[in-house]
Parts: sequence; structure tokens; C-alpha cells
Amino acid sequence: MRLEILNKGYALTTKMLFGIIRLVSGYPLPDAARLVFYRPDFYGLPMKRFTHRAMRGPSSWSVGDRELMAAYISRLNACTFCVKAHSAVSANAYKDRFKVDKVLADPETAPIAPPLRAMLALLGKLTTTHTVGTEDIRTLLAAGVTPPQVEDALAVCFAFNITNRLADAFGFFVPAPDAFDAGARYLLRRGYG
Amino acid sequence: MKPQKEIPGYRQLYRDLIDRILNGKGHSPQAERRAAFDHSGLPQPLQHLLDKVVHYAYKVTDDDVERVKQSGVSEDQVFELVICAAAGQASRQYESGLAALEAARKEGGPHAS
Repeated sequence: MRLEILNKGYALTTKMLFGIIRLVSGYPLPDAARLVFYRPDFYGLPMKRFTHRAMRGPSSWSVGDRELMAAYISRLNACTFCVKAHSAVSANAYKDRFKVDKVLADPETAPIAPPLRAMLALLGKLTTTHTVGTEDIRTLLAAGVTPPQVEDALAVCFAFNITNRLADAFGFFVPAPDAFDAGARYLLRRGYG
Repeated sequence: MKPQKEIPGYRQLYRDLIDRILNGKGHSPQAERRAAFDHSGLPQPLQHLLDKVVHYAYKVTDDDVERVKQSGVSEDQVFELVICAAAGQASRQYESGLAALEAARKEGGPHAS
């Protein structure tokens, strides 16, 4: 990463933990996971709590849906690390890589239900123009999305509009696909907490 | 009835995060963190880096970060101010979405239950 503190500035016990994870999993801890261990009381802990609630907390969107939203937002922000990471989690959760690839290519023609399609369109507008209006929400509700679902998806959008920016500003290393698959299995088992 | 473990809502977790990065203990003055969050009025070359973080973070280069460090901003300060800038932009989006949702709910109608 671009800051040496994020490469080497961790507490000794944290460095030992990184070593154990590398030994057990066969992969170095991804930079997204390392970042939240740096001065965790400043950013890592409160961010992990929010992200875990948004991605794994109670919601009528499935885990695959929420990970798909994360991947789609990441694509609009052109964040290579996060697109690869969260498309892998979504594909694993759905057990359907084809669907995820189709959504990332064009959600308008992808094989997904109308409410999810409408939700992705709103998240896309919010991510690229930074604002939405009442009319946008009316369209969404008319497509069958419920207000709690809107709130759940806005939380995913908030979390990933931060994470995407940090991934690219700090320069997360983008590993090979097998590392993202291993990371996806971990995130499905354990979440973000 | 068995008491259920309370699940914290987004609003509380969101406020905790924003409060921590803006007002908690840090290496940069709170006024600078607030300016980074609001995306207003920071000196160059820091402002140039944070403009990119806010608008197109994928364009940030090694040189952008290096120039900020050369100008006397410590790595811990860069860490904090980049986080504040990213969270500020995400927060403006989030607040816009929540306000629009709230307005649509108030209008009522068959879908806004």
C-alpha cells in the first residue's frame, strides 16, 4: 500500500496474527482486511461494525444480493480490488457466476428480478451523481422494493463508497483470482465483524 | 417472552463511525478532518489528493501521496484525512438517499408502508 504505516506499522500481536492467517489459509491477508487492523479504534472497528450490519445483518435482501450491490457499486467507482472481491463473494453466495457477470456487464438485461434491478439502478445513480430525489424513490417503490429494503441497500452503498475510495487511494494490492476465491469463502463463513 | 439480543440500527453505527473519525483522538487537528470530510479549503498538494479521493479515487497515484508527504503531512495524518474525505462523500450520498426515502414515506400511498 502507498503508506508504509499500512504495510509495516501494525502492533506486534497483529503482525503475529497476520503470520498465522498466512500459514493457515495459504494466502496473505488481503489489504482490505489489513487496513481495518491499523489503529482500529480510529476507523477499523466502527467501520467493521457498520459493514457487518449492512452485509450480514437482518435484511430481506439475500447475502448474494447485497454482495452483488457491493460489486456493482465498486464497478461504477472503477475499483478493481473491490469488484473482484465482491463479485467472488456474490457468485459464491448465489452459486451463479453467470448472473453476477451479466449484472456487472449490464443490469438492465441481466437475469434478475425487477425489484433488484430497480434497486441497482438507484444505487448506480447515487454512486455516480451523488444525489437522488423523491421521484427516484417513488419509481423504486413502484417496482416493488419496500422502504426497509431501500434503507438496507443505502447502507451497502454507504459502506462501499467509502471502501472503494480507500482501496484505490491507499493502493490495495490486487492478487490472483484464487486468493479472491479464498477470501470470498472466508467472508461467507465469517462476515465482516 | 424471551428477550432478544438487540441489533444496533444503521443510524447509530453510522453516527458512531462519523463521530469517531471527526472528533476522536487523532494525529490531525479536528478542523482539518472536518475540512477533509466537507471537501473544503485544504492547502495544496493535500487538496489535490483529496479531490481525487472524492471524485475518482482510481486515479490516485503514488506521486500524489508522495507529494503530500513531502509537504510535511505525516502518514498518520494522510491516513486520517483520506478516510475523512472518503467518508464525507459517502455520507453526502447516504444522507441524500435517506432524505429522499423519508420524503417518499411521508407522501404515503400504496407502496410507502
